Parts: sequence; structure tokens; C-alpha cells
Amino acid sequence: MVVDHRQHHVETLRSAISVLIYPIQYLVNLPVAVGQWMGESVSTRENLLEENERLRMQHLLFKAQLQKLAALQVENIRLRELLQSSRKVGENVLIAELLAVDLDPFSRQIVINKGSTDNVYLGQPVLDAEGIMGQIIHLGPFSSTAMLITDPNHAIPVHVNRNGLRAIAMGTGTPDVLEIPYMTNSADIVEGDLLTSSGLDGRFPRDYPVARVTQVAKNPTQPYATVVAEPVALLERSREVLLVWPSDKLAQPSTTTPMSDAATDSKPAAETTSTQISDTAAAKPGSETASTPPIPPADTLAPPQPESAAEANPAPEPNEGQ
Amino acid sequence: MALAKPQGGFVIFISFIVALILMIMPLPEWAEAARPQWLIMVVIYWCIALPDRIGVIIAWMTGLVLDVATGSLLGQNAMAFGIVAFLAIKLHLRIRLFPLWQQALSILILIALYQIITLWVKGFTGQSAQSWSYWLASLTSMLLWPFVFTLLRGVRRFYRVR
Repeated sequence: MVVDHRQHHVETLRSAISVLIYPIQYLVNLPVAVGQWMGESVSTRENLLEENERLRMQHLLFKAQLQKLAALQVENIRLRELLQSSRKVGENVLIAELLAVDLDPFSRQIVINKGSTDNVYLGQPVLDAEGIMGQIIHLGPFSSTAMLITDPNHAIPVHVNRNGLRAIAMGTGTPDVLEIPYMTNSADIVEGDLLTSSGLDGRFPRDYPVARVTQVAKNPTQPYATVVAEPVALLERSREVLLVWPSDKLAQPSTTTPMSDAATDSKPAAETTSTQISDTAAAKPGSETASTPPIPPADTLAPPQPESAAEANPAPEPNEGQ
Repeated sequence: MALAKPQGGFVIFISFIVALILMIMPLPEWAEAARPQWLIMVVIYWCIALPDRIGVIIAWMTGLVLDVATGSLLGQNAMAFGIVAFLAIKLHLRIRLFPLWQQALSILILIALYQIITLWVKGFTGQSAQSWSYWLASLTSMLLWPFVFTLLRGVRRFYRVR
């Protein structure tokens, strides 16, 4: 147990047992899958036509937006070239389906039907149509387990979309509740702010929506404000998820220490921090880093630098002292 | 001692598989915490009924499989299963003689112990459950024990597992 927790040498054993379990998981998932298939095949013609019409409209809308996006992307790349920065735009995605199996009800995890045979790697970001859902923590050949961003062991670096204020969104274990700790009372964050991933962890792709701030309680007697956010991804409802290969992972998508090759190019100041993180991550093998995404160093945080760095580190890895 | 030749291992295996399926079957959100601990109940039953066949090792392996199936720390359930199986074997002569309701009470204690061990490990790894509903599983397991016991006894007699 201790070995699993600390060193993750037994990840291979877990992956071997997961192969044995996959048929059982498949069996459990079967009634749900059959039910869905039945529902689809017996739905009326009217319903289908209606849905078709709706989807066609949506498609048209998205396509129109996409045209603009393509132009913007090219422009963005050109501007970045002018700035001598080599950030790449665009990621590869793969659609995976959730297996309808229940895990430990007190941790927030999901099982998906893609594994290492599909080049899924440990620590890989998992998204749905709305935003970031979590990351892969256990990998089997045909299935893998992902930790949701609401899991109490999970933290993700974000920034406020409106003004770029950096923060960390930590899971609480309660569905649809994220906490933003170490926000000073003077920090410019208000209800309704969209938090997007900052990409400073070198793991999650940049600028994907993560959560929307639902509550900001500023208490002058406390050093920090209480900020609560709600994930924008439909964590409890999505049936299909997207697995993302960030563009700098495309060269070797099945690597098990996924961040070692990230951020090697010359990049602006913010990127160097992610290089540091990559080094620490590469030093710890396996999924030690997967279950506890690295907290960005102090300079990536909002105003309260020294305390926040000191306190932020133990939070996602409370076990290190044992 | 020709009668004592073990048989029906397949039935035991199937009972474990069925219990595992019940453990990971999707339940509505409100019922999740109250999910009866099927697998440990089945393990306890076989420990009581056939203590010379099903012991700590098999219980430990079963727990390991459950660990992988539920994505918990590898060894957490395995250790708890091992300890509970050990106690069940220690007490099997006594528990066998109890009337059903009294058996259910001892099962409550055993499964509560199992939950305490898991809670303890979870506490160490910083993911302890925050609500009292965590303990509901022990109660539902206790309430279902008479059914599980009768069913498994029927199965054991029908297939002459020994």
C-alpha cells in the first residue's frame, strides 16, 4: 500500500489486474449501453428529424465561427513568429466513452474505455465539450481511470479569463464545487468570472475553460477571501469525453513521463516555470505526479507569494509528511 | 476422507464475480454511499462456511481486485479484507451457531471494522470521507446479510461446495 502510494512501482500490477477486470466492467456497462442503443433505435422519426434540424443549425453556426477561428489562428501564429515565440497552437483529440461503473463514492473518478493501446498516457488531460474534466491517473491497456478536477486530491492552475490573474482551483470532493485558495481580499475576482487553464503546470493545455466563479466572500478579518467556483464541464453528466494530446506531445504520445519533453523551445518568461515543473515531474517516476498535479511555483501565483507557496504545496499532497 | 475432497471451486469463483459486479454497478447518486459491501459479505460467508478453503490469502487477493476495480489505493481493501477474513475464520465456529439476526450483528461489527480500516488508510492518504453517510454501508450490509446468507447456503448445498 505504502509502495503504491509513494513510488508507484506497482502500477504495472494494477494495470495487469485491470485487464482481468475489464470484462466485468464491460458487462456492467452493457445494460446501460444497450439501453442507450435501444433508445436511439426506437426513437420516432419526428424526434430524429427535429434533432437533425437542430444539429444542422448548430453545425452551421459552429462552422461560421470556425472560419473566423482559422483566420485568427493563422494571424496568431504569424504574430507569435514576429515575437519569436514558438508556442504551437492546436491539439489532437480522441473521443472516449465513460464506462458506467461506480468507483469509490467518496472520491471523484471515472473509468473510460480507452487505454494505453490507444496511446493514452498517464496525466493526460480529459475534457468534455464544455471544459476541462480531469486527468488520467491509472492506465490499463483497454481502459483507464481519470481523476476529476473536483477530487479532493486534485488541483489545477488557472487564470481569470478577464484579467489574467493567476490562481489554483482545488477540488473539494463535493460535486460541482471548486475552491480557489490564497486569493487576497484585494484581488480582482468577482462572481461570474470565467477561470481558464493557465497551462503553467505543463500538463493541461492552455486557455480551456475550467470553472466559473460562483461566490466571492471577502472578509477583512481573514487574510484571504473565500472564493468558490463551479466547473463548467458537465462532470457528472457527460457520457463522452475528449482525450487531448497537447501539440508538444504529438511527437511521442505514449510516453509515460509525459512532461519531460514539454517546453524545451525558447519561450517567454512564463514558459520557463513550466520547464522547472517538468524537471521535478520527470524526477518522480510514474503517476506520483499524475494524481497530484504540480503546483506552480510561487511567482506564478497571485499577490500573496511567500505564504501561498508554502501552504499550497502541502495541500495537494497531504501524505508527504507521513 | 474421500468426502472431504474439495469441490465446487467454480461456484465460489462465480459468487465472487457476481459480488464484484454488484460492487461496481451504477447506482443513483443518493444510494451510492449506502451500497452494501457485497464482496466482503461473500468473502465472510465463505470464510465461515469453508474456513479450510477460503482464507486470508484468497480474501487478500479479492480485496486487491476490488482495489483495482474501484480505483482506490492498491492494497487498501486487500489489507482490510485480509484482517476481516482472519477474524471471521477465528470466530467461524461461534458465528455459525448464532441465529440469523445475531449473525447479522456480528457481520455489522466485521464490516464496520472493514470500513474503519479503509477510512484509516484514506485518512493517511488525505482523502477521508467527510459525511456520516459513509457508515450507511455497514447498516445496509447488516440488513441484507440474512438474504445473502440464505442464498449462498442454498447455493452451497445445491452445488455441494465443500
